[in-house]
Amino acid sequence: MAELESPPYELVLEPSRGGFRFSWREFLEYRDLLRLLVERDFISRYKQTVLGPVWFIFQPMLTTAVFALVFSHIAGISTGTVPAPIFYWSGLLAWNYFAQNIAIGGNTFTNNAGLFSKVYFPRVIVPLAVVIGNLGTLAIQSVAFAGLVAIYALQGAATNLHPDWHLLLLPLVVAQLAVLSLAFALIFSALTAKYRDLSHLNQYLVQLWMFATPIIYPTTQIPAKWHWVMLANPAAVPVEMFRGFLLGQTNLQAGEIVFSVILTLLLFLIGMVLFQRVARTVVDTA
Amino acid sequence: MKPIIEADSISKVYHLGGIGAGTLRDSVADWWARRRGANGRATPASDDAPTRRNGKDFWALHDVSFSVQAGEVVGFVGRNGAGKSTLLRILSRITEPTSGRAVLRGRVASLLEVGTGFHPELSGRENIFLNGAIMGMKRAEIARKFDEIVAFAEIGGFIDTPVKRYSSGMYVRLAFAVAAHLEPEILIVDEVLAVGDAEFQRKCMGKMRDVAQGEGRTVLFVSHNMNAVRKLCSRAILLDGGEVQLAGETSAVINRYFSSALSQPSTELEQHPNRSGGLTPHLLRLEISGADGQPASCFAPGDRVRITLHLRCAQRILDPRIGIGFTDAAGERLFAVANYLSPCVLDPIEGQTNLVAEFELPPVLPSRYLLDIGLTDGAGKRYDEIYGAAALDVTESNYLGTSHPYFREMGHIMVRSNWSRG
Repeated sequence: MAELESPPYELVLEPSRGGFRFSWREFLEYRDLLRLLVERDFISRYKQTVLGPVWFIFQPMLTTAVFALVFSHIAGISTGTVPAPIFYWSGLLAWNYFAQNIAIGGNTFTNNAGLFSKVYFPRVIVPLAVVIGNLGTLAIQSVAFAGLVAIYALQGAATNLHPDWHLLLLPLVVAQLAVLSLAFALIFSALTAKYRDLSHLNQYLVQLWMFATPIIYPTTQIPAKWHWVMLANPAAVPVEMFRGFLLGQTNLQAGEIVFSVILTLLLFLIGMVLFQRVARTVVDTA
Repeated sequence: MKPIIEADSISKVYHLGGIGAGTLRDSVADWWARRRGANGRATPASDDAPTRRNGKDFWALHDVSFSVQAGEVVGFVGRNGAGKSTLLRILSRITEPTSGRAVLRGRVASLLEVGTGFHPELSGRENIFLNGAIMGMKRAEIARKFDEIVAFAEIGGFIDTPVKRYSSGMYVRLAFAVAAHLEPEILIVDEVLAVGDAEFQRKCMGKMRDVAQGEGRTVLFVSHNMNAVRKLCSRAILLDGGEVQLAGETSAVINRYFSSALSQPSTELEQHPNRSGGLTPHLLRLEISGADGQPASCFAPGDRVRITLHLRCAQRILDPRIGIGFTDAAGERLFAVANYLSPCVLDPIEGQTNLVAEFELPPVLPSRYLLDIGLTDGAGKRYDEIYGAAALDVTESNYLGTSHPYFREMGHIMVRSNWSRG
């Protein structure tokens, strides 16, 4: 009888000392919010830019053009057997998705201070919505990329591209990029909430990070004795994997990929713990 | 049956001085100083030492315990800074208590602000769904109530217009409409009733009463408006300095709240603790005097009372509407004076200015009365509002011309009468 009398829902509010608390059940109850936030971000972003969705294509196009001019023509950095614009754009697809997630998701607490001080919901939904919402941008940019490849193919200049069954693995690579960028978004959010001066550093760090990642140079250009540096950069393998699978040429070892996936999951775990810890009382310091 | 809410000695400590996020720079400096064993700064070795540095502890809540039965409507009253908002924040799960614990046996929705998460670029329709979801509603639940929400908000044809093009009145109505259709087992409301024009406020109060009484929901209601507390709440809790001063029947609690008010001829209003949330001070000072200009705060029925309000308006207010309501210790509004309830026409006001009201004190019972002041304009825009801004005492007098006492039970106003054999 006791069970009948007590309502199914019981919530205990008390100080959580240390410890990691996350309720899946509660998270699932808010899945509609996740969906609506994704829609909101997407709609509001393209309503606010003059060019609308065209902006999403314009931005990587311009960057690719600048890279092709500076790094390929002037600096003469080889892009292997792949035409420079295709090489850069394919790398930027992965990198822009990754970097955008961190740039927006990494300021979760500072950007949503007003909202968080007025209403409770699982805070992790906000950066998660960013990561999912940016998939829309990635999709639009991928379509534009396919157009670029088609132009090269029509001119017979894409003979070195051999897309194969690896293309089918791309969703998994994108999933890894998503989890990894979410991990960094969570870590940066937690750190910038605690140390405000870090938010200036974040943007700078992400910019530098791109040059440490094989975007403007192929991994074949990295001397063997520096290979471990690439492995130490958690973004390098997924980005390289994305490009490799897309263009049908990869020289990554299976061991490197396994290591990278484990590292991603570990970082995600660390991110969740830090984020949840800060989320509990972050409004007190806002 | 177990109470639906049980709070057991909840405390919340804020670290003043060290409040706010620290910087990495400071933390590194601290860490370096500790490592070197420097004794320049004696910092306790705890995990959040940087924020405690130089800080004084401030107990926003201290050992607050209470319980609420399912279906009860409980009012939380007290001045600003008494701990009401902190308590609501903890019960809404926005932050954690420092110590103690609370058990909530039901789904909670809190309404600490109207329109939380509204996005200006999105249409009214999109915002209804987003706002509902933020407050914990399911999409299907919102879809089911959609028509009802739109009807309640009275925005009709504008439902697909971005809310940035809404008037402030429409915005607020839509926001409240969403909130009013939440169906949690526990609803936490913080003064959001004080929005919109008078007519919409009445509608909101009606809806709140339905929620509280008709639908049997548990409601925690925080307000400075004793009239609203008295009408809605069966029980009330008075907080002061972060502690429970009195918990019990609403009338008794309001009575205690009143007795802590001071009646004085001059009251500063600029920093008044009872100002309704989100308003910028327009009312600076209030002075009470007799018709002769002598400062006073004690009057007898029939006396002429003069109230001078010192105002500062950053913007020009074209059709200013200023009203002063008089509420008794039971939380009941007895009468009000206002420029729009008089034949006088006020010029637009701007900058520093004074307004003087003069009226004859009606034959109300001897007691202390609290003054609620509001400044709006003809379009219903609220500029300033303070419930319980000042107090005025009405003394015993020989108004009726007899020594027989006039009890409250006899009525709220005294009426002179002549009796004879006809």
